[in-house]
Amino acid sequence: MTVPETETREESRPAIAVEGLAKSFGDVTAVASATFAVSESELFGFLGPNGAGKTTTINMLTGLARPDAGRIRIAGIDCSRNPKAAQHLVGVVPDESNLYPELTGFENLCFCASLHGMRKEPRRTRARELLAMFDLEEAANRKFAGYSKGMKRKLTIAAGIIHCPPILFLDEPTTGIDVASARQIRQLIADLHRNGTTIFLTTHYIEEAERLCDRIAFIVSGRVVHIDTVPNLIQPVRERHTMQIAFSKPAAGLGEKITGAFPDLDCSEPAGNAIRVESAEPIRVGPLVRFLEDLGLEVMEARRLRPSLEDVFIRITGLDAALMRKEKEKPGDAS
Amino acid sequence: MTRWIAFWNILLKDMRSYYLKPPNISWGLIFPLAWTAMFFIRSGSGLESIPMLLPGVMAVSVLFGTTSLLAVTVTFEKKGRSFERLLLAPISLEMLMLAKTTGAILFGVINAFVPVLIAVFVADLRGVAWGTVVSAVALIAVSSTFLGLFVAVSVSEVFEAQTFSNFIRFPMIFLCGLFFPVERLPVWLQPLSHALPLTYGVDLLHGAIRRAGRMPPALDFGVLAAFCVILFAASLRNIRRRWIA
Repeated sequence: MTVPETETREESRPAIAVEGLAKSFGDVTAVASATFAVSESELFGFLGPNGAGKTTTINMLTGLARPDAGRIRIAGIDCSRNPKAAQHLVGVVPDESNLYPELTGFENLCFCASLHGMRKEPRRTRARELLAMFDLEEAANRKFAGYSKGMKRKLTIAAGIIHCPPILFLDEPTTGIDVASARQIRQLIADLHRNGTTIFLTTHYIEEAERLCDRIAFIVSGRVVHIDTVPNLIQPVRERHTMQIAFSKPAAGLGEKITGAFPDLDCSEPAGNAIRVESAEPIRVGPLVRFLEDLGLEVMEARRLRPSLEDVFIRITGLDAALMRKEKEKPGDAS
Repeated sequence: MTRWIAFWNILLKDMRSYYLKPPNISWGLIFPLAWTAMFFIRSGSGLESIPMLLPGVMAVSVLFGTTSLLAVTVTFEKKGRSFERLLLAPISLEMLMLAKTTGAILFGVINAFVPVLIAVFVADLRGVAWGTVVSAVALIAVSSTFLGLFVAVSVSEVFEAQTFSNFIRFPMIFLCGLFFPVERLPVWLQPLSHALPLTYGVDLLHGAIRRAGRMPPALDFGVLAAFCVILFAASLRNIRRRWIA
């Protein structure tokens, strides 16, 4: 499959290179011939709705699932045949916090460090350092089972980076946690990126991907449909002018009337009491508001919308981003 | 060195988290004691019958000691996804599974020597070939552990692992020559008896403790070792096929 990509990074060897990766579970195609490359020190976002194939892709890249077809190279090492070959170079933060409930936070970190061959003193020092970094010092000697969801997530991320991996896989790191913890985690991801860690981030939060990532791949129904840098992705919608106009009461069926009177405007109705108008030219607010008031509508607010990645996502995938967010937050779901 | 640090810490964690918990220690002590008392009372004879009972009691203690906790240490961790952490560690699957099973092997060996410790004080064990006993117990422990591992990685739920274990363990007790000598079993059951690893372990112990083995010790050791290799290889194959699919 050819994926449109306007900017390639040929200057350095890819940290992750994937070619024709495919995986099916019975009749269900989880990932269909995915091809992409992630450069060293890049923060690469993998964005898609629930069940799009994000976790399956990460599982194949990290050796937790066997691809049906395709080739995987991590830091130049061919992992297609031997998934263990590059495991010393990667850190993985799964979509669920899967540390040991019977161990304390400190013990969990020390144990995870030992799995990577760290000796006793260095792993204890590193564990203390990470507990401090994540504001978990006070909970260091409490059992993981008693942690809150946000604390569990933070400790799981700490466990993923305990051995200072040059490549980090983050699967939905901020899903289902409180705002403060999510913000702290985003800050940490940004810091890791700044320090040169290559990060492969899956998320369904479009704003998160937009804020953090250098490049983003959209994956829908197992297919990587588009890859580009965030500025390049936003460029087409940046040239569009968008306004949201809110009314005092529901205003259904307005679209046709507006486009009839103003042929250069595109109109959509995202919510009951509001409409959204778009145009390639700057929108003249006065005539539009007067027209709406002549129709007997009370205009409460008219504001210009900043072009966002969400618009691009909707345009490329045809999916409703808000619905995608809601779906993901249903308990018990996993992609 | 990296892999040995990982090996040691996996073993240490399992010992602390599972095997050295008070309920398991008490199970490890009470179970062999209960079996010893049961066999002793059932025999209706004096203390001189202890060497005759000892091989069976030791074998059963090892079997239950090794297989009981693997459903937790492997199946439960797989279910809770913490097992994924181990699969992501940069050590071979062989090394990882050896680390996960060594705790069970040690627990089984310790269980086996609880009845021996009691017997030393009440029976004459001067004629026992201790070298063979220790080797036999170690091999029984390894083969039983790998049988438990095979069960644990063939199912998805902890209760399935426990049910499947019992489905194998209890018939094995009756068919391996513990209660009845194998030659007194119905002819059609005897081949089945020879397909069980415990049969060879019990025979080795009978030979070492009472000089009453039916088969040459080399054959017993060879077959037990083959069972260990086959069960471990089959378990690894199952993990690769089912858990890294």
